[in-house]
Amino acid sequence: MSWLSDDAVARLRDVGSEPDLSATPYGFVGALGRGGMGAVFLVEDSRLGRRVAMKVLDLPDRSGALEARLVREARVLAQLEHPGIVPVHDVGSLADGRVFYTMKYVEGRRLDEWAGSAASLAERLRLFEKICEPVAFAHSRGVLHRDLKPANVMVGPFGEVLVMDWGVAKIVGGAVTESVPAPAASAAPVIPASDSKSSAATGDTAHGSVLGTPGFMAPEQERGEVGQLDSRADIYSLGAILKFLAAPASGGKIPRRLAAIIGKAMSEEPQSRYSSAQALAYDVAGYLDGLPVSAYPEGIFERAVRVASRNRVAVVLVLAYLLMRILLIFWRPR
Amino acid sequence: MADGDSNIGGGGGGRFPATRWSAVLAARSADAAERSRGLDQLISAYWKPVYKYIRMRWNKPREDAQDLTQDFFARVIEKGFFDRYDPGKARLRTFVRVCVDGMVANEAKAAGRLKRGGDAVHISLDFDSAETELVRAGASFVTQDKPATREIASPDSMEEFFEKEWVRSLFSVAVETLRGECERRGKQIHFRLFEIYDLEDSGDGRTSYEHLARDFGIAVTDVTNHLSYVRREFRRIALEKLREMCASEDEFRREARAIFGIEPA
Repeated sequence: MSWLSDDAVARLRDVGSEPDLSATPYGFVGALGRGGMGAVFLVEDSRLGRRVAMKVLDLPDRSGALEARLVREARVLAQLEHPGIVPVHDVGSLADGRVFYTMKYVEGRRLDEWAGSAASLAERLRLFEKICEPVAFAHSRGVLHRDLKPANVMVGPFGEVLVMDWGVAKIVGGAVTESVPAPAASAAPVIPASDSKSSAATGDTAHGSVLGTPGFMAPEQERGEVGQLDSRADIYSLGAILKFLAAPASGGKIPRRLAAIIGKAMSEEPQSRYSSAQALAYDVAGYLDGLPVSAYPEGIFERAVRVASRNRVAVVLVLAYLLMRILLIFWRPR
Repeated sequence: MADGDSNIGGGGGGRFPATRWSAVLAARSADAAERSRGLDQLISAYWKPVYKYIRMRWNKPREDAQDLTQDFFARVIEKGFFDRYDPGKARLRTFVRVCVDGMVANEAKAAGRLKRGGDAVHISLDFDSAETELVRAGASFVTQDKPATREIASPDSMEEFFEKEWVRSLFSVAVETLRGECERRGKQIHFRLFEIYDLEDSGDGRTSYEHLARDFGIAVTDVTNHLSYVRREFRRIALEKLREMCASEDEFRREARAIFGIEPA
């Protein structure tokens, strides 16, 4: 019998987790990453000659719950057409029984990796504004992400931002529905029928279930109060991402007005948070532009300092003019 | 197989069980043939990890380890060993390892193990190959006649060792089955490519598809397709072999996740 070295065993483990792409137009290129439900691979679509990312369930799922969740994720994504949300191309099942969907391959860095760069606070906050846009769009379509965190945000080579991994998204109404026809799969289609009563299909989770990531999860989400969740749970997560981005660029001390924005987004009580992702982004933009922010009621002196710092050139010109006048008054030739 | 020699460790064999067939359940069957078939499968996958474990964990000389391994599997065959296994409580390999520990510890407590009689069950196991593997794995202290000279390793690291050897054994069985399948289907080149690219250690990095294509006089796309085929078959066979080693679907899924590096959902 063959002797298998440790390296060979490790390679065979990798081989074992590769998707069976026979009877599909895709060719295997490499592994990209792994999530809770399955793995993401880089594959080449031979029909179009382009590389796409393929998300595949780990194993054929006999209960159907995970399959339903993956297909549901693909459907939700397909209906959220936004430049900040990765577009889905295809959905189906492989010869080995595993369900997959393909999506645009984003050649970029995860936000948690990007955050280690030397980007300034202003650059980080501009990027954060871009994260708020697709989230606000999803909310307007009645979809909660429920697992917003730096690892689920990709920063593309042109500075574009894509919000990824909508596997635990929850549909709370609005334009996105489950009752869309099953798209034609490139391999044997095994799309589970949409079932509004199925928790996996609707994204409904039993009360007490906790889906999300500690540190970025709203307190009510952490407590498993699934029925109470609304867009303000995502606002909390956005606040945690903002804090994550701002802290390293602030030398450990986040400016007061920005800290107030983070504090409001991450309020313990949902009703104390921003009412929308746009409102949060608006405050961040206001902070960057030296405008008042809703999270921080300022006094007259603070306001004067802010206005002065925002209009530095004008203030300098006025001061210079006044100084000249004074000099002229006192040094006028007699 | 219970009496006399039975060449279990020698190779893959061509049996191809039905998808849901479980060697564990078969080993509990009242049907003698089914029971024997199930035990064959289980012993094929477990004897090397058990032997190596006894050598390493219990620091036993080669001959003692061979006797203990024979003892253990004789008990497996004679005493309905797998009847006591509850997949709800532990994984099969944990159960096997704990039972081996119990047996060896009891043997150590006794004044000395009685030599096995002539009518005892004897299983033909290729202990030389297991010894060679131990040496190749870096256990250079393992010699023909002397026990390993190092201290007995801590139970935790030995648990990892047993699991690692079990996976190696499972993959070896799957690779041998795959080799047989490829030969029967006239796909020797496919298997050879797999062997060179995925199984062999070249020492100076993996060879390229272009290099393989040149060596075999085929197109690079053929190398890609052939490797893709054999890997797919390996995956299928490895999962089937794994399923055989599990008593329940749930256990199979957990094991597959563990072995292929997949975190439980």
